[in-house]
Amino acid sequence: MQMPAPDASVLSRKDQIVSRLQGVLPANAVISDIAETRAYECDALTAYRCPPLCAVLPANTAEVAAVMKICHDMGVPVVPRGSGTSLAGGALPTADCVILGVAKMNAVIETNYPDRYITVQTGRTNLSVTGAVEADGFFYAPDPSSQLACAIAGNIAMNSGGAHCLKYGVTTNNLLGVTMVMMDGSVVEIGGAHMDAGGLDLLGVICGSEGQLGVVTEATLRILPKPEGARPVLMGYDSNEVAGQVVTDIIKAGVLPVAIEFMDRPCIEATEAFAKAGYPMCEALLIVEVEGSDAEIDAQLALIMEIAAKHNPVELREAKSADEAARIWLGRKSAFGAMGQINDYMCLDGTIPVSQLPYVLRRIGEMSKEYGLGVGNVFHAGDGNMHPLILFDANKPGDLELCEAFGADILKLCVEVGGCLTGEHGVGIEKRDLMHVQYDPADLEAQMAVKDVFDPKWLLNAAKVFPLDASENRRMAGGR
Amino acid sequence: MTPQTEQDLSDLIKDARDPLSIRGGGTRSYAHVAGDTVDMRAMSGITLYEPGAMTIVAKAGTPLSEINTALAAENQRLAFEPMDHRALLGTSGEPTIGGVVAANISGPRRISVGACRDFLLGVRFVDGAGNIVKNGGRVMKNVTGYDLVKLMAGAYGTLGVLTEVSLKVLPNVAQTGCVLIHGLDDAQAVVAMSAALGSPFEVTGAAHFPQNMDGDPVTMIRIEGFDASVQYRADRLRDLLKPYGEVTVKIGDADGLLESWDRVRDVHAFAGQPGDIWRISVKPSDAAGLVAKLGAKAVQYDWGGGLIWALTDGGDMRARIGEVKGHATLIRGTAAPVFHPEPAPVAAISAALRAKFDPRNILNTGLMG
Repeated sequence: MQMPAPDASVLSRKDQIVSRLQGVLPANAVISDIAETRAYECDALTAYRCPPLCAVLPANTAEVAAVMKICHDMGVPVVPRGSGTSLAGGALPTADCVILGVAKMNAVIETNYPDRYITVQTGRTNLSVTGAVEADGFFYAPDPSSQLACAIAGNIAMNSGGAHCLKYGVTTNNLLGVTMVMMDGSVVEIGGAHMDAGGLDLLGVICGSEGQLGVVTEATLRILPKPEGARPVLMGYDSNEVAGQVVTDIIKAGVLPVAIEFMDRPCIEATEAFAKAGYPMCEALLIVEVEGSDAEIDAQLALIMEIAAKHNPVELREAKSADEAARIWLGRKSAFGAMGQINDYMCLDGTIPVSQLPYVLRRIGEMSKEYGLGVGNVFHAGDGNMHPLILFDANKPGDLELCEAFGADILKLCVEVGGCLTGEHGVGIEKRDLMHVQYDPADLEAQMAVKDVFDPKWLLNAAKVFPLDASENRRMAGGR
Repeated sequence: MTPQTEQDLSDLIKDARDPLSIRGGGTRSYAHVAGDTVDMRAMSGITLYEPGAMTIVAKAGTPLSEINTALAAENQRLAFEPMDHRALLGTSGEPTIGGVVAANISGPRRISVGACRDFLLGVRFVDGAGNIVKNGGRVMKNVTGYDLVKLMAGAYGTLGVLTEVSLKVLPNVAQTGCVLIHGLDDAQAVVAMSAALGSPFEVTGAAHFPQNMDGDPVTMIRIEGFDASVQYRADRLRDLLKPYGEVTVKIGDADGLLESWDRVRDVHAFAGQPGDIWRISVKPSDAAGLVAKLGAKAVQYDWGGGLIWALTDGGDMRARIGEVKGHATLIRGTAAPVFHPEPAPVAAISAALRAKFDPRNILNTGLMG
């Protein structure tokens, strides 16, 4: 993984930069000691590490603005950081950057139930947004697996999804407005508590821009009334093809479950050994969850079970109680942990058209043999978002590189069948150099033109998302 | 000018010396600007439809009716319920899917399932320099690079001319129910609609008419789904809403129920009436207070109060309502700019984006600012 060489002129001015930052922030909010900056050297993509020049932890929009203005004036790159849970290296520092962490900014600013929104500082964690409203019967819908730890700032940067977005959408569908600090330190308000943009949909392009357009400090989020109840069914099949057909038939029957999760045999075996959820040993397992009142759930599940039964399941299990529901979800929720018990793994995130599921799984199986690396598949089957987990040994020389090459081949396959490189994790550095596979130069130019408008000097998280050769002229022109 | 292909359109834009007026079905007269007309209707046809994946891809000039017919055959629909402007604006022609997307047109169901932009998975377009650009794709979850898809929805062709769009579709509903509350004033109606929308009963439409056709106020709450489910939720909502006023429940197409939601969607109440027509988006709890300041001849509330349609006597209504957290668009009338003026820092970003995507300022020049 190549990163641009750090700017020597920035490195040489470290003391001066730190001193200016200390002038606008409390003493404990500027971290410049080399030992302490190591805490910020990576995110959840731990294979790549680089301590930043320094890290700052502002407490509000005004402090963020002051930091940005200094960095802009002094030509210092900034890398924003939520909770550091990115699997794509979105918060990976460069040696010449200031890490701007939003962790201290976790207040709830306003809760409004009649208009169904909450305004929070963006350092607040995803789950604690729901925590702030659930006693009143509401929740915040996007639910990435890391929701206990991940920050709303990072959710907005990556347009995070989750298991339940088949029904509720991803972050961009639940974001109403932001307060954002631009690279030059100016503050803009985009959107608000009302619906849709009156002019260009700037909010739409800010969400998912991986911290490259500005630092979002406050966000107004749509909250929804909690459903009366939810219950899953579990079904096991002898082949991926059949399981894929069941997914298609459910969708075509007019039922819209909140979640359709898929696991293949390697994943089932690993999770059974780890979590002992009582899953059947089969080629493909589906968990389908629906919502509503008890009677509504019964009616929907009856329809789903009827479809499932037509395809000769090896197992069909309906949760009759909260306890049984929890057991059905147990294995799925422990899947990543279970795979981690076996080995180091790399988690991919490509999306494919649902119809291509059997073909893609077959090809992944073939490639697994060619590369000699195991792979398990967990999958948001309703929306085609795959999570192949490639197993490798980080201590074995060359294994990481082999794993990355395998991963790249899987992602190329996703694009080839009409899908994309990343469904919810983001590009970061991880998929940066594969962007050429999905996008032509003109497509990338159009995206980079947006960054030119928001951050003309390319100081903000600039070495991410776009292949370095594609962004080189712009980064150089900006002094990067 | 009638481009037949994306390449035609690219050549045409590259060669253009004067402003171009981009036209789909031509049913939204407020979005017409001066310039050589580029008629997109020749670039038409559904290029891919996978019902099992809930996705449809179509060229921009495809008539909306053709898409609706194809979806209906598989018991699916465009869930964002795009409005038809023809009756309201007295226009003719066939709405196109490109026009729907370019204007981010959404109906009453926007309040529950989202707007057109929320269902838009991918676009192809030609920018103001003639570059052919694609963004997004045809899968439901995609965070690969910047989301220009959202930026193009609602850009009214000012950043580029759409050539192909891909959309997420949803299953059709088996049954529709409606809970009607009679006799509420505007403020009470918004409170009642908020109670309904804040309940777990999955309300998919919440509209209020201060004057129904018989002259009395009526508030309409819609629920959709399987038969038993609609009946159950209608009963629960009736109990929930009783404290607000007299409540009646209708299930199925009794008394033209479905058509009445079409009339909400298409703002039929204002059709043929003289005056200016405004479309105002605010948070619901601001709506009644704002309407009190409007001095409108008639209003209609949708989106639980978050969307106000107002018929006024003319002049720039925005001056009368003062600072508003939201936006007002002039759908019919000439007294003011069509789009709500943006705060200076936001306007600067929008202008800079237009300058990047349309450096010669030839695409629907002046429409959005």
